[in-house]
Amino acid sequence: MMKNVRWRVALTVAVVALSVWAFYPLNKKLNLGLDLQGGVHLVLRVQTDDALRAEAETTVGRLRDSLSRTGVQFTKLEVTGADEFQVAGLSNDDAFRTASAADAESVFDRNSGAGGYTFKMKPNIARQLREEAVTQAIQTIERRVNELGVAEPVIARQGGGDQILVELPGVSDVARAKSLISSTAVLQFRLVENGPFPTQEAALESVNKVLSPESEILPGRQEAASSGAATPATGFYIVKKISVVTGSELRSAQQGLDQFNRPAVMFTLKQDAAQRFGNFTQANIGKPLGIILDKRVMSVATIQDRIVDNGQINGITREEMANLVITLKSGALPASLTYLEEQSIGASLGEDSIRSGVTAAVVGLGLIILFMLMYYKLSGVNAVVALVCNLIILLGLMAYVGFTMTLPGIAGFVLTMGIGVDSNVLIFERIKEELDLGRGVRASVNAGFSRVFMTLLDTHISALIAAAFLFQFGTGPIRGFALTLTIGLISNLFTSTFVSKTLYELVLGRRQQVATLSI
Amino acid sequence: MRLFKNTNYNFLRWRWHAVALSWVVIIAGIVTIATKGLPMGIEFAGGTGVVAQFDKEPSVEAVRNALNRNYQFGGQDAIVQSYGDAGSRQVMVRVPQVGAEKGADLATVSGAIEAALKKDPSLGNPTVVSRQIVGPSVGEELARKGFWAFILSLAGILAYIAFRFQLSFAVGAVVATLHDILVTLAFLAFFQYDMTLNVIAAILTVTGYSTNDTIVIFDRVRENLRSHRRESLSDVINLAINQTLGRTVLTAGLTLLSAIALYLFGGEVLRGFSFTMIVGIITGTYSSVFVAAAIVTFWKGKNSRPAAAAAPASTDTAAQKQGRKPRRARAS
Repeated sequence: MMKNVRWRVALTVAVVALSVWAFYPLNKKLNLGLDLQGGVHLVLRVQTDDALRAEAETTVGRLRDSLSRTGVQFTKLEVTGADEFQVAGLSNDDAFRTASAADAESVFDRNSGAGGYTFKMKPNIARQLREEAVTQAIQTIERRVNELGVAEPVIARQGGGDQILVELPGVSDVARAKSLISSTAVLQFRLVENGPFPTQEAALESVNKVLSPESEILPGRQEAASSGAATPATGFYIVKKISVVTGSELRSAQQGLDQFNRPAVMFTLKQDAAQRFGNFTQANIGKPLGIILDKRVMSVATIQDRIVDNGQINGITREEMANLVITLKSGALPASLTYLEEQSIGASLGEDSIRSGVTAAVVGLGLIILFMLMYYKLSGVNAVVALVCNLIILLGLMAYVGFTMTLPGIAGFVLTMGIGVDSNVLIFERIKEELDLGRGVRASVNAGFSRVFMTLLDTHISALIAAAFLFQFGTGPIRGFALTLTIGLISNLFTSTFVSKTLYELVLGRRQQVATLSI
Repeated sequence: MRLFKNTNYNFLRWRWHAVALSWVVIIAGIVTIATKGLPMGIEFAGGTGVVAQFDKEPSVEAVRNALNRNYQFGGQDAIVQSYGDAGSRQVMVRVPQVGAEKGADLATVSGAIEAALKKDPSLGNPTVVSRQIVGPSVGEELARKGFWAFILSLAGILAYIAFRFQLSFAVGAVVATLHDILVTLAFLAFFQYDMTLNVIAAILTVTGYSTNDTIVIFDRVRENLRSHRRESLSDVINLAINQTLGRTVLTAGLTLLSAIALYLFGGEVLRGFSFTMIVGIITGTYSSVFVAAAIVTFWKGKNSRPAAAAAPASTDTAAQKQGRKPRRARAS
């Protein structure tokens, strides 16, 4: 018997000690949510048109290749809207239709128009692409925010459309958060034909105002300004439209320094991309290669030698470098983002409310403890010890799972404490009943615990079921509530049955004959 | 010390009165919501946001107090937050919608806020530096998802209680929970508290308490059904309620104690939360005794023995079930 009690005490002490270790020091281990500590609140819109336009561009590129292979001439083949492109002046209609059936018509509907065809994206595919763009954007933002090291961010779709809600508790630098989240980070390597020119017009002038369809004019990088404000580009370049390698083919990216000790991002390429890049650079030794990020020429270097799998991007500030590594690692956004709302906010509860909330909680807890001690005397001490253990284990588990404390979370906390006290009251009332029936003290205590155990199991399991559904299907604050409740119920069942019973056994077990129970 | 020792109140005798009382409150609540409406907090409805610049670092509490006293549309629902970097001496005030929130209203509201702040000279000459109509931070989808999550969790509880007890018990528990929500909403409407995220959290909490309470009583009913085989269902239920009465009152009293502490000392922001808790705890306790148990007897007929799903099957209960006495026989 004694051995059994010793084992139970050891387990209780171990669990409590582990919990204290998990949450100590409390202010470091427990995160506060946006409503308790403030942070950045953003609402973004995904420009899903971008994703459709990209699809249209790809299709046009593919079609152009097929047509030039089969020798079909045309006067016009270009993207005319986010979800459409037009073809005109075809030399061979049948051959074109064969090519378009193979290249375009799984995605686009072909309509006859003036002197050619208009291709319009099929509505179901357009819808799917928009959907995917939003989903991908959310995933990419999640990866970037994780790299930023924000605890418990909220990244959720809002309104079922193309809006995304982003909440970053504890972050105060809105500008950095914004630039990190919304840089599309499309990295490309392309040949530079000419440049830099001081203006776009000058660049166009250099090719006698006729730009080849395979080329385009892109601005150079912005001179690093103090912050935020757009500065004029350092120049304009004529570059090939086709890129050799893109950002999705990077294997790794990391911060480093170039040979002049300036910040640079070092990257390595994936294997098949490295092969391609090697062949390409060998064939183009002596030509300038541009590294293009988000349609800006970041740097231009002459290809000196065959480059296989690594390179660097330089000409950036230290801050840009850190952001660039994060965005490259997290992948490109499928579409650009615009901001609908941006706020750097203080805690909505404010320090004053938190302080009064804590005061109220302490007063409430104090009253409960006082009452339990008066009403149940020494057994009340048992209940209070169980309650304190419960509190410690709950905090420990919450710190362990990296929980973010929000007001609804605190509500779950309060509910758990209430149910915890209720469990003790249930057991004690039952013990009193058994004593009234004239049973001995030990028999009454045992009967009280064993009879009430089924009740507790039923109340706790049904609350757990409710919490599981709320966690699975709810969002944001509802999930916070459900999580505290779940954790609380588990620790509660442990303290009110196991710990409390152990305390009784500890006290009753020492004595030979127990005539009365202080309850 | 012992409260309610060996009581023998006939709770089920009052069930018709209880049903009437509940309906009166719920219908009054529905009428109030239909006429006066249930005010939606800024999280759900959106409203007006104003950023004010002060000459010296303002205290959020002082700003909130100034709005409470002087803002003409009622400042108790305003959300006051420090804004921007530390030391920027800016405060963001968000207030719920006043009218349709068109351009003219925006100017009116922001003017009213500025006027309210200026009335307090200690605040340090506030000027409104930006104003905007703010959208709801809890989007429609979030609210809808939350609603369905809640419905599903009720269905989960229904299934579990039906499995552990009987279907009639499960229906009783879920109806009692719905009852609590309706009554709580009614009281929120009577006192025109804003529907905020905090209030939703309180309602969820209250629902948890209520179900907990109900199951405790049902558990005792189940136990008594095994030990008191010859008594009618309503006697068994009455006995169970009386046996658990001490515990019911103690627990409700203790949780009520902390809710009242929160109401008194928790400050303005938590008042809606604690008010909901107070109403919910009272109605939750009431509903476990009068609604949940009453539903079981309505469902089963008050003199019947329920099908012995929980109790081991015996010829005794089977015979009782067959020979269900007509109600009048006992009343005479």
